[in-house]
This record gives sequence, C-alpha cells and structure tokens, in this order.
Amino acid sequence: MSRQANRGTESKKMSSELFTLTYGALVTQLCKDYENDEDVNKQLDKMGYNIGVRLIEDFLARSNVGRCHDFRETADVIAKVAFKMYLGITPSITNWSPAGDEFSLILENNPLVDFVELPDNHSSLIYSNLLCGVLRGALEMVQMAVEARFVQDTLKGDGVTEIRMRFIRRIEDNLPAGEE
Amino acid sequence: MADAALFEFLHTEMVAELWAHHSDPGPGGQKMSLSVLEGMGFRVGQALGESPPGPTASAWPKRLSLPPPPPPRLPQETLAFREELDVLKFLCKDLWVAVFQKQMDSLRTNHQGTYVLQDNSFPLLIRMAAGLQYLEEAPKFLAFTCGLLRGALSTLGIKSLVTASVASLPTCKFQVVIQKT
Repeated sequence: MSRQANRGTESKKMSSELFTLTYGALVTQLCKDYENDEDVNKQLDKMGYNIGVRLIEDFLARSNVGRCHDFRETADVIAKVAFKMYLGITPSITNWSPAGDEFSLILENNPLVDFVELPDNHSSLIYSNLLCGVLRGALEMVQMAVEARFVQDTLKGDGVTEIRMRFIRRIEDNLPAGEE
Repeated sequence: MADAALFEFLHTEMVAELWAHHSDPGPGGQKMSLSVLEGMGFRVGQALGESPPGPTASAWPKRLSLPPPPPPRLPQETLAFREELDVLKFLCKDLWVAVFQKQMDSLRTNHQGTYVLQDNSFPLLIRMAAGLQYLEEAPKFLAFTCGLLRGALSTLGIKSLVTASVASLPTCKFQVVIQKT
C-alpha cells in the first residue's frame, strides 16, 4: 500500500475523532469548573446556543436549502441535511404531536459519545447538551423559538438517544418604533 | 464523521468560555486560562497520536524508543535525529491535514532539538482581521493547538515544550523544543 494512501486514511480517522475528543475534553473541564451537573448542563446549552447562532450561516451557505414553510419541513431539514452535514448521521423523525408542534429525533448512535462512559457521580449530566443549545440557537436565527431536550440517552442506559423538539412560537422581526 | 467546521466553532466557543471563567484581571489569571486550554489540547493530541490498529498502522511513525539500536555505520545521534524529523514531518503533514485541512507551510530546525513550524494562514486565526489588530488576542487561539502538538509528540515518544508566536495574523509559528530526558 502506498504511503500516500495510508496518509489519507490516517488523516481521515484523526479528523473524525477530533471533534469527539475535543468535546470530551471540554465536558471534563466543565465538570472540574462547575460544582454540579446542572450547572454544567446549563453551560453546555449556552455554549451550544452561541455556536448555533453562527453555525446557521455556515449551514445556509453550504446547503442551499430554501425557507421552510412549516415545522415538518424544518424537521426534515434538521435530520436529513443538517445532522448529515455536520455529524455524518441521519436521525429518524418520530412521535409527532397531534398539533404538529412537537417531534422527536432518534439517534441510533451519537458520535459525541464514542468511547465515553459517564462516571457514577455524574448521573444528572446531560453529556451531549451542547446539541440542544445548537438547535435552539440556529433555529432562533431563522425566526423560530424552540425547545430542545434529551428524553433518552444511550449514555444512561437507554437503547437510543432521543431529542424532543418543541415549537414555541414564530419570532417576528422587531421593527424600531415608529417605522413601518 | 464530524464536519471540520464543527471543531472550529467548538474551539472558538471554548476559548470564549474558558477565558470568561478562568481569567481574573491580573496576569496570573491569563496564564491559568492559557494553561487550561493547553492542557485540553494536550489530552486531545495524546489521543490523536495513538497508533490505530489495523492495516494503516504501518503508516504511523514508530513510537520512538530511546536509545534506538545503532546501525553499523551511522552515528547514533544522526539516526535519532532522522526519526525525530520523521515525527515532526508527520505532525506537519498528516496531523495538520486532519485537524486543519491543510499542511504546515514550513518546517525548520537547528538540528539540535529545536523545530519551528510555520503556518502562513492558520485557520483558527483566519476569522480575525489580518495584521496587528488582534495580536493581543492571538495567544488564546493558539494555546489549545500548542497542547495538541505536545500531546501528539508525547504519545509518539517525544517529550517537548511547545510555544507559539504571532508577528502578524494569520501567520503563526509553533516552536517545538525537544526535552532530552
């Protein structure tokens, strides 16, 4: 096998581990910095939000998706385009509420948790909570106020990882007073 | 496989968060934040440097085990230097491509254990205005990467000190000084 081919494979493998490893180092550091799991969860959500509000621009520039007309379209784009582009996985969409304002994303495997085990004293830690913040922040930038939360987590022994997404309201553009 | 942009977004947010949390007004606080970032980079670099199982394992530079068995004719120092240089080249090519989707732009050495790796457009500095405007901010964005290099070297059997300097964004230099045990 030529050295050139090996080099490409090596780089690819390192590249796919890089985010997972860096995320793990971050969570570890946050657990040292904050006294309890709840605070770490909040911090992950906040950081995710900050990432999401910038990630959406990158996403829109690279994906060429048009405006979504309803929450169902939004769900499709999140699962089939966004997750695929950034994490290389395609979660399935299930459990729509009758009003069509809530759905679940089911992740068979979550790349963030490769090789991760939650130690016993961190049972309330929502390890991947960054993802919820990213979803919230990104959607806010396209005028949607949503809530995202984990309801199942393979790290806690569940069979799959499930993120519940709830549409809260449309964010209207705020015009300065006196202007139409 | 996580998209490369995700790492950059995460890194920027990490710098902001850890800076806010660890810094106090004095210079001591700054050092603390930088060493926290460096430490995180070190752990990631260590893991990245792990020799993977399988057919690609032969592509990795062999972990240096000192002293290397001397060949019949070449002096020991020359052989050790050549292997050391291989490791540095690996960092400049394979590791840099994996992490930053580009190769290091230049590698220089004084043949006495000091290497200078120069990146003329370092991706983690690219988003900031070129030139001198953000010179003071630059170290925050280099600490993690210094640790990354030091960690990868550590796994590959080389103890080192890695520092970075910026004369003008986005060009930066990483200085690797091999520590002889």
